[in-house]
Amino acid sequence: MNKTIVVTVNGTSHTLEVEPRLLLVHMIREVLNLTGTHIGCDTSSCGACTILLDGKSVKSCTILAVQANGRSISTIEGVSPEGEFNSLQEGFKENHGLHCGFCTPGMIMRSTELLANNPNPTEEEIRWGISGNLCRCTGYNNIVKAIQYASAKNRGVETASTEPQFV
Amino acid sequence: MIAQSFQYESPRTIGDAISMLDKYGEDAKILSGGHSLIPMMKLRFASPEYLIDINGIPGLSYVKEENGVVKIGALTREAEIEHADYLREHFPIFKDVTKLIADPQVRNMGTIGGNLAHGDAANDHPAVMLALRATIEATGPSGARKIPIDEFFFGFYQTALQHNEILTSIEFPLPPKGTGSAYHKLERKVGDYATAGVAVQITLDDNGTCTYAGIGLTNVNATPLRAERSEQALLGKPVTEASIAEAAKYASEDCNPSSDLRGSEEYKRAMVAVLVKRMINKAIERAR
Repeated sequence: MNKTIVVTVNGTSHTLEVEPRLLLVHMIREVLNLTGTHIGCDTSSCGACTILLDGKSVKSCTILAVQANGRSISTIEGVSPEGEFNSLQEGFKENHGLHCGFCTPGMIMRSTELLANNPNPTEEEIRWGISGNLCRCTGYNNIVKAIQYASAKNRGVETASTEPQFV
Repeated sequence: MIAQSFQYESPRTIGDAISMLDKYGEDAKILSGGHSLIPMMKLRFASPEYLIDINGIPGLSYVKEENGVVKIGALTREAEIEHADYLREHFPIFKDVTKLIADPQVRNMGTIGGNLAHGDAANDHPAVMLALRATIEATGPSGARKIPIDEFFFGFYQTALQHNEILTSIEFPLPPKGTGSAYHKLERKVGDYATAGVAVQITLDDNGTCTYAGIGLTNVNATPLRAERSEQALLGKPVTEASIAEAAKYASEDCNPSSDLRGSEEYKRAMVAVLVKRMINKAIERAR
């Protein structure tokens, strides 16, 4: 039996009729056509499907769409206005924090909560903070640097110009 | 992967949830954090006809202390436990354990009640609760009842919970001064189940005599295991290198690990001994 749910996605309210077994990630990608949220492992290991549910980063492949009823969702499409970058997106660009880009939306959504809770994390805190997100091409050094860049920029601290590391 | 079809219910009170469980019987499953159940449903290892989502029931998420008893609500998320100031101060073991449960996103969803009610010997909270001598509160049609943790785990995915009962809270005594606790699991990577895990809580009195020893083991037995002989090896005397070695040896003998991708039986027994030794030392260090 289908359920009617009301969800706010990136600030817009949607009333949807969904099957209870519909996964949140499929609702986001296939019902709302927001394909920036990726499906990687489909087993809650890789973090590519990370979104914010009421501000908390979660893996949308392991949550049912009906569980989001009455709640607020943020996806990568909503982090900045069209044509603009926020500090995390800019950090990933400036520091070569992505190669293929598949993990990037999940990394950015996870880092959004990480920096909201801890505006000035240590490198170790960043590495633990993104331990639920897998990147299979760049390694993690430049991703860590991208997050450090965003942290510094958010706090209004001068960011040292960094040569990207290829380790 | 898509789960088999089911009917979804989202009761707003414990009473309504219990009535539904009572009515639907064995065909119903409770949805808490969902990070064990939903993967099982996607793989079709589990195909409940009714899913009772208890996340909308208010009042099940808290950490509080009353009259020397600490109580944690079943719906308290792992991330909330990880960052709870009260637990951080009195029970460093919770910081140890939550940091090693899955990853940050999963901890935002996963609940302590679900971790215990799932009845999986590979989960981490059961060993901690054994070490703390916790009591489970289960609420059913005739009200709430208390189940000592030693009588809670029955077998693979089996607990003392009846089909029409909900695990509503967990409680354990606030230990006296001179108490320390620690947990560690050996894991191959973030998010893995334990190769072996050990939880320890120890109390030393003013003379250094061990007056309390709780030791629980993760994923080295069909059920979460209390290392009773190890506890006895420490009790009633000062903790020495010799008694720690004895406790470690007993735990490695008394567990029943199986050889698998995470290591051979022999290796796991050896790791249990190493971890028991380390966690006792860490708990004692924190007790002072």
